[in-house]
Amino acid sequence: MFWEPKIETMPVEDLHRLQYRLLKSLVYRLYSFSEFYHRRMEDAGVHPDDIRVLADVKKLPFMFKRDLRDSYPDKIFTATPEELVRYHVSSGTTGKPTVVGYTANDLENWTVSLARALTSIGLTSRDVVQVSYGYGLFTGGLGLHYGAERIGATVIPASVGNTERQIELMQDLRATAIACTPSYLLHMGEVAEKMGISIPKDTQLRVGILGAEPWSERMRNRMQEWLGIRAYDIFGTSELSGPLFTECSAQKGFHVWGDFALTEIVDPETGEPVAPGEKGELTMTVLQKEALPIVRFRLGDVTEMDEGVCACGRTHPRVMRITGRVDDMLIIRGINVFPSQIEHALMSIPQVGKHFMIEVDRKMELDTLLVRVEVAPEAFSDKITDLMRLKAMVAGKLRSVLNVNADVELAEPGTLPRFEGKAKRVVDRRTL
Amino acid sequence: MDTEEFVIRQISVFSENKPGRLAAMARALQEEQVNILAFSIAEAGEFGVVRALVDQPDKAYKKLSGMGFVVSFTEVIGVKMRDEPGGLYEVARILGEAKINIEYSYAYSGKEMAVLILRVDNTREAIKQIRAHGGEMARIPSGPSPVKGR
Ligand SMILES: [Zn+2]
Repeated sequence: MFWEPKIETMPVEDLHRLQYRLLKSLVYRLYSFSEFYHRRMEDAGVHPDDIRVLADVKKLPFMFKRDLRDSYPDKIFTATPEELVRYHVSSGTTGKPTVVGYTANDLENWTVSLARALTSIGLTSRDVVQVSYGYGLFTGGLGLHYGAERIGATVIPASVGNTERQIELMQDLRATAIACTPSYLLHMGEVAEKMGISIPKDTQLRVGILGAEPWSERMRNRMQEWLGIRAYDIFGTSELSGPLFTECSAQKGFHVWGDFALTEIVDPETGEPVAPGEKGELTMTVLQKEALPIVRFRLGDVTEMDEGVCACGRTHPRVMRITGRVDDMLIIRGINVFPSQIEHALMSIPQVGKHFMIEVDRKMELDTLLVRVEVAPEAFSDKITDLMRLKAMVAGKLRSVLNVNADVELAEPGTLPRFEGKAKRVVDRRTL
Repeated sequence: MDTEEFVIRQISVFSENKPGRLAAMARALQEEQVNILAFSIAEAGEFGVVRALVDQPDKAYKKLSGMGFVVSFTEVIGVKMRDEPGGLYEVARILGEAKINIEYSYAYSGKEMAVLILRVDNTREAIKQIRAHGGEMARIPSGPSPVKGR
């Protein structure tokens, strides 16, 4: 099922041609009308005429979160007060908030992006979508609201809180889909059980559209099994407009509509593009944004991209689940290592617990990476050879994921530090 | 010929090589009035495995796992060693000919004579073979075996 079949399945070469045309006109517009971008491009020694092919996008300077904070509230805006129709404000965890302005076209593109996305997970005008994201300055609530209305679905604008009432509404109004954070859905599931309501048996819910916080494949399996739904990842940030892209029914990464955004994955250190299929920092250029233009915006999210045609038939590239933040990155012997990769690898080894510590050191001018894991009580053998084999297996798994050698140490269960909130699993003892 | 009465339940404990871990184990068992009959430590870098024969294995298991240690029961056997040269070789030869592997072994000085504690890959067959070849098995009371037929 497609919302705009012609665009969603257009041949890749045509899509690239379209992206190039959009990029070219965006660059000319910004060079002419945006003081901020004009200055940035001058500083980088690049003129709009230098953009001759799509790959020339990499000649353009990057933009960082701090650029938006520094331009509070609206210094980068390129729309007139007459053209602006809405503001959203993201509350930054550090420093000043970021203000995002929208023209009517910006809202339209945002809504269409979600209409395509919701259609790609099988929602139609027969569905009832409970929007349990916050409404207000946060983009989640209103974004999903208009996207779901656009495909003709019936929206329950539930917002957040009052969970028992939300569950009653879900039951009475026969909600078939819910959009919220994954942790809130887990909470709802628990509250429902306490109320004696089984979500799979007593409600019509079959789809979860989950995002705004990191979650894992393991959580997906658990929710799908426990709640009897299909759980889909949704992605977007307020700088890009809000939640914009979801996975399709194939559940293999979220489709980034190429006519809306140009996606690059770059090495966080050098800014150079990574090889196809490799992990790096998600970088986006929004090709059709009027009020707050976004060019080569470094999102700080670590992920990889698949540009192959999807099983669903869509030709637009897919960005895989976000696995970490660039700020957490370590460089070991010149190779980028993300703690999330280690966490992910360990999750697939039941013989070790999910807690771990990473110790980085430099011995004889060489970086060393030590990963300490806890032995699961069920995996304990009193034969040293078995335990050494377990260590070698964990080290082999880490090597294949990280492309760098890691030493492994076994610890007693319950002895590695536990963290509430942000984990500090890395001890870097290198002095440079 | 009752093979089962010669199966000994050893407790095995996973321990990091950190100061005080062994002392903590010993103190805890003393508090529970559990007697340690024999023990050995196998080390491998940052961790080791403590293996012990105690007179009340269940009590020891409960206490140590309650303290957060990873503990397991392992079946071992004890062979009485005559005070003459070649005793160890003799046991190894019997088991070798029966195609039974020795995983590890350690000695225990019993009241009357030395006892060789062995973990093998086929406990019951090892007992039968050693006895059939005139070896003498040690009886160490360690309660009923929870893992039959291994
Ligand atoms: Zn797809």
